[in-house]
Amino acid sequence: MAESINLKLKIWRQRNTKDSGHFETYDMPGVSTHMSFLEMMDVLNDRLIRDGKDPVAFDHDCREGICGMCSMYINGRAHGPLKGTTTCQLHMRHFSDGETITIEPWRASAFPVIKDLVVNRSAFDKIIAAGGYISVNTGNAPDANSLPVEKVKADEAFDAAACIGCGACVATCKNASGMLFLSAKVSHLALLPQGEPERKERVMRMIDAHDEAGLGSCTNTGACEAECPKEISISHIARLNREYLRAGMSQE
Amino acid sequence: MIASLRMFYSSVGRKLVMAMTGLFLCFFLLEHLYGNLLLYKMDGGKAFNEYGEFLVGNIIIRTVEFALFGGIILHIIDGLYLTYSNKKARPVRYAVNQQSKNSTWFSRNMGLTGSVIFIFLVVHLRTFFVPHRILGAESSMAHDVASAFQSGMYASLYVAAMLLLGAHLNHGFQSAFQTLGWNNHKYASAIKTAGTLYALLIALGFSSFPIFFHFDIMGVASNILHTTL
Ligand code: FES
Repeated sequence: MAESINLKLKIWRQRNTKDSGHFETYDMPGVSTHMSFLEMMDVLNDRLIRDGKDPVAFDHDCREGICGMCSMYINGRAHGPLKGTTTCQLHMRHFSDGETITIEPWRASAFPVIKDLVVNRSAFDKIIAAGGYISVNTGNAPDANSLPVEKVKADEAFDAAACIGCGACVATCKNASGMLFLSAKVSHLALLPQGEPERKERVMRMIDAHDEAGLGSCTNTGACEAECPKEISISHIARLNREYLRAGMSQE
Repeated sequence: MIASLRMFYSSVGRKLVMAMTGLFLCFFLLEHLYGNLLLYKMDGGKAFNEYGEFLVGNIIIRTVEFALFGGIILHIIDGLYLTYSNKKARPVRYAVNQQSKNSTWFSRNMGLTGSVIFIFLVVHLRTFFVPHRILGAESSMAHDVASAFQSGMYASLYVAAMLLLGAHLNHGFQSAFQTLGWNNHKYASAIKTAGTLYALLIALGFSSFPIFFHFDIMGVASNILHTTL
């Protein structure tokens, strides 16, 4: 495999939320195939800064696939072409010499662009604030094994808890629906005894927060599950629906 | 009551309406297919006509018929609303979007296939339901079916619509189960398979009528057309 490739980057540039934005094309000669996608962006930005130009704004933090900050729609796919991978974990060896790579921000009315590729994902924070927690009295932490949890349920809850809240599900869904994220959060707590006391209000409130944020409604295309970097299953959405039915029928 | 209806307003609630009306319509299609199969009895359309009269004469069936039309209308209105609000959730589209990499075309275009099926439904009701049930036509229903399909245009419209319906059902069936929460690792593949088999049954079953009657395969059309009841 070639050690370095020449690329063309077609990047979405937008000054602020109000700006209508446009694409700009950059030549990227000699990109090392060992670089991560974000490192390539760093190289580009370094050059832009040296040339006295405005660097491309993009979100990132951990660069090890666990924080969910990096958000790029690369060549028409959330987090790029690789399955189960965040943008920061995507390497340039997956691209070929001479290729033009189109990079866009997540697009959803609930995720307004702040600048270039950076979007405001506080809609997710609002969903979490609406119920993605358990209420416990402060004091000493209880003994770890005082609450028995079945292995299967613990595993399933853990799978849901793997969600890093990156927003790829919203970005990729044709309806810009946040159901996979929402369901992962609801499912994770619904499976555990700690989540039991607030189980019903939680699902109601979190769905309300989801809808208020202007996120779309799920039509079960399954695109989110296919693009989720943590490969979270849409069976969690089925559980969310079950929780909702249960809460809706029994409340009041 | 009002409070419990509230749950159908949220994004999940709207899907519940979609799923429940959809499954109800799925059930109706089976019943409709059963009725149509009587056309193949080679009795000059007698059994088919009698079945039709039985349905009209039965008070329970008449009530269910109202529910049926209600279900269709709800399914359509809710579908339109979902399509509209989901479009609003993404005002700016992607310049490059490889959706085919993560989902099927039919799963993404239920609104479109549904609209075409709706147009078909109007034509279908206009040909059979309106003359017989509203205008009180004297002719035998079986005779009307057999003669309508003599037109190649009409027969092919039917086949095309039924294949599209099959594709709509193939996604819709399993989607309804997912929405109602009856989906997990254990059943997921069984539900998908059942949905595909169901969709095939409906698409092929209903397509058989225009094909058999148009080409008079095994004499099904002449059997009815040459019988005067
Ligand atoms: S930067 Fe943290 S997941 Fe990519």
